[in-house]
Amino acid sequence: MAIAKLKSDATEARLAGVTLPDGAAWAQAARKDALARLRAMGLPSKRDEYWKYTDPSDLTAVAAPKAALFDAQEAPLFGDTDRLKVVFVDGVFDADASDVLAGEGLEIMRLSDALAADIHWAKDLYGVLETRGQTPVERPLATLNTALATDGVVIHATGKVSKPVHISYLHVDETSDAILHNLVKVDAGAEITLLETGPGAARFSSCLEADIADTGAFHHVRAQGRDHERRTVTHCFARVGAESTFKSFTMTVNGVMTRNECILDIIGDDAIAHVAGVCVGDGNDFHHDDTVFITHDALNGESRQVFKKVLRNGATGVFQGKILVKAGAQKTDGYQISQSLLLDDDAQFLAKPELEIYADDVACSHGSTSGAIDETALFYLRSRGVPMNVARNLLTLSFMAEALDEIDDPVLAEELRDRLEGWLARHG
Amino acid sequence: MLEIKGLKVKLEDEDKQILKGLDLTVETGKVHAIMGPNGSGKSTLSYVLSGKDGYEVTGGSALLEGDDLLDMDPEERAALGLFLAFQYPVEIPGVGNMTFLRTAVNAQRKARGEEELSAGDFLKEVRAKAKDLKIDADMLKRPVNVGFSGGEKKRNEILQMAMLTPKMCILDETDSGLDVDAMKLVAEGVNALRSEGRSFLVITHYQRLLDHIKPDVVHIMADGKIIKTGGPELALEVENNGYADILAEVS
Repeated sequence: MAIAKLKSDATEARLAGVTLPDGAAWAQAARKDALARLRAMGLPSKRDEYWKYTDPSDLTAVAAPKAALFDAQEAPLFGDTDRLKVVFVDGVFDADASDVLAGEGLEIMRLSDALAADIHWAKDLYGVLETRGQTPVERPLATLNTALATDGVVIHATGKVSKPVHISYLHVDETSDAILHNLVKVDAGAEITLLETGPGAARFSSCLEADIADTGAFHHVRAQGRDHERRTVTHCFARVGAESTFKSFTMTVNGVMTRNECILDIIGDDAIAHVAGVCVGDGNDFHHDDTVFITHDALNGESRQVFKKVLRNGATGVFQGKILVKAGAQKTDGYQISQSLLLDDDAQFLAKPELEIYADDVACSHGSTSGAIDETALFYLRSRGVPMNVARNLLTLSFMAEALDEIDDPVLAEELRDRLEGWLARHG
Repeated sequence: MLEIKGLKVKLEDEDKQILKGLDLTVETGKVHAIMGPNGSGKSTLSYVLSGKDGYEVTGGSALLEGDDLLDMDPEERAALGLFLAFQYPVEIPGVGNMTFLRTAVNAQRKARGEEELSAGDFLKEVRAKAKDLKIDADMLKRPVNVGFSGGEKKRNEILQMAMLTPKMCILDETDSGLDVDAMKLVAEGVNALRSEGRSFLVITHYQRLLDHIKPDVVHIMADGKIIKTGGPELALEVENNGYADILAEVS
């Protein structure tokens, strides 16, 4: 079915004058395929069901809306962690600020280099999981990313990777429009942690495709912020093999537009897939959307979605989460919780939790709540001498604890918790 | 220590008077008990003194060592030395018991212009006091009151009391939900804190708690007022004859 003219016009307007980045023949073919798929789908609009709660117009506009720069005046995250650092400034690789791209247990290179090579394993991954992830719900912004991504990081974990890879996305240009694409391939028995931090650009699209082989493990910890005016859309597509582990956590601080989509396919038995996040937003221009789709297509899979949002002064939070259990995916254990703490009457939380189950021997639970600070707990703390603001912040942090607990590394979790505590102190 | 005069309190949201001119004086170093039938206003008194929302004071006063309690925030009352052991201690998922205790102790010290306790000193003190109350390391690590049994929750209240060293302790039906052994343990904890400079107001339905925490003075409360005051023998009288005789005698 042809798409509506309005949609088609908007898509063509966005693509007018765009040139595909250079690359080897196979990469060019993948990009052209993405372009064709995008034209067939059209860019999303507010009228699409999947964008009912989030207006994508800033993400699809021809030019990136301007975003004022933000001086956080605090030390960069994970500075004390021994890690392999890769830096992009407004989407452009910064060789001087980056470490040498090499490490124990992994092969790592820039995406632009991988896509320029005539023979590279990236051929079997680039745009492949993204394409798979288009059904049953279309994700045209991910396809746009595959077509136009200029760079990114390509990681092949071949063993236990000794230190995390940390991709730092800096933003120093008020009108930058960056599109980056990362690939992660985890071999059987291999294990890697990927850290991502920073705003990226005035408008930033980031797409991650992760292929976790049987018995592999992938840990992903991401921090978005604190730039408020940035517009961000991210996609994470993962294929999760037998007895493997996938764990992704995202902390979002501020931001007028953030849409984080996570699409997980559990294809092997006894796999674990967790995706979690917290966001904190203050002001009626804050908008944050977590959209998750987890498909169980194997036996005995365990999935968890744990999302907590702290919203105040008219901030908006969105959660669309789905667990799809295919016929035959028996003994699936699926858990989904999305909760918001509304610190005043103006903030709003829009949640669409969904379960679709075709197997008859599964345990799936989901819950979604919106609430205020528990007055009884607040009084209890105050009656022990804890001042009102300290008590409120303590309870707010405790509200987010279940999501933070999803981070396996306690040091990383503590660092993010400290940042959240700092935000609460500033916005008390 | 605590001087309450003509205290009148109604519910904020309803036209319902609960305390109807209550007079009560607790001298420094003394243990007073309040007994009374259900609905007499005992718990309301403890909440109003500690500053819980939802009540409106329509008359009277409550002074702690001369300071007007009723105008203060709950945290200010706590810093002045008032402590309420809750009938139903609150569960706070996500906040570790240790973090909670340390935050409270240091907040009070700060409010009083004292230096905060170092992590090491705090740990030493809390471990020693927890041991006396048979609170193990696991209970200290767990989130506040989450998954605690009734007895553990009440012991945790007494641990907080021991750490915060208040001057005026109010125990709101601390015996409710406790078996005999747990009640003994809690009472021992309270007795260990009895001192010349510290007063207690023990609110209870039953005389049995007062076998373990021996009061100096016993008050009977009914319909929002203290209707009779006497020595420990008054509690025994209630135990044997119920409240009916006293109520009849007063009316």
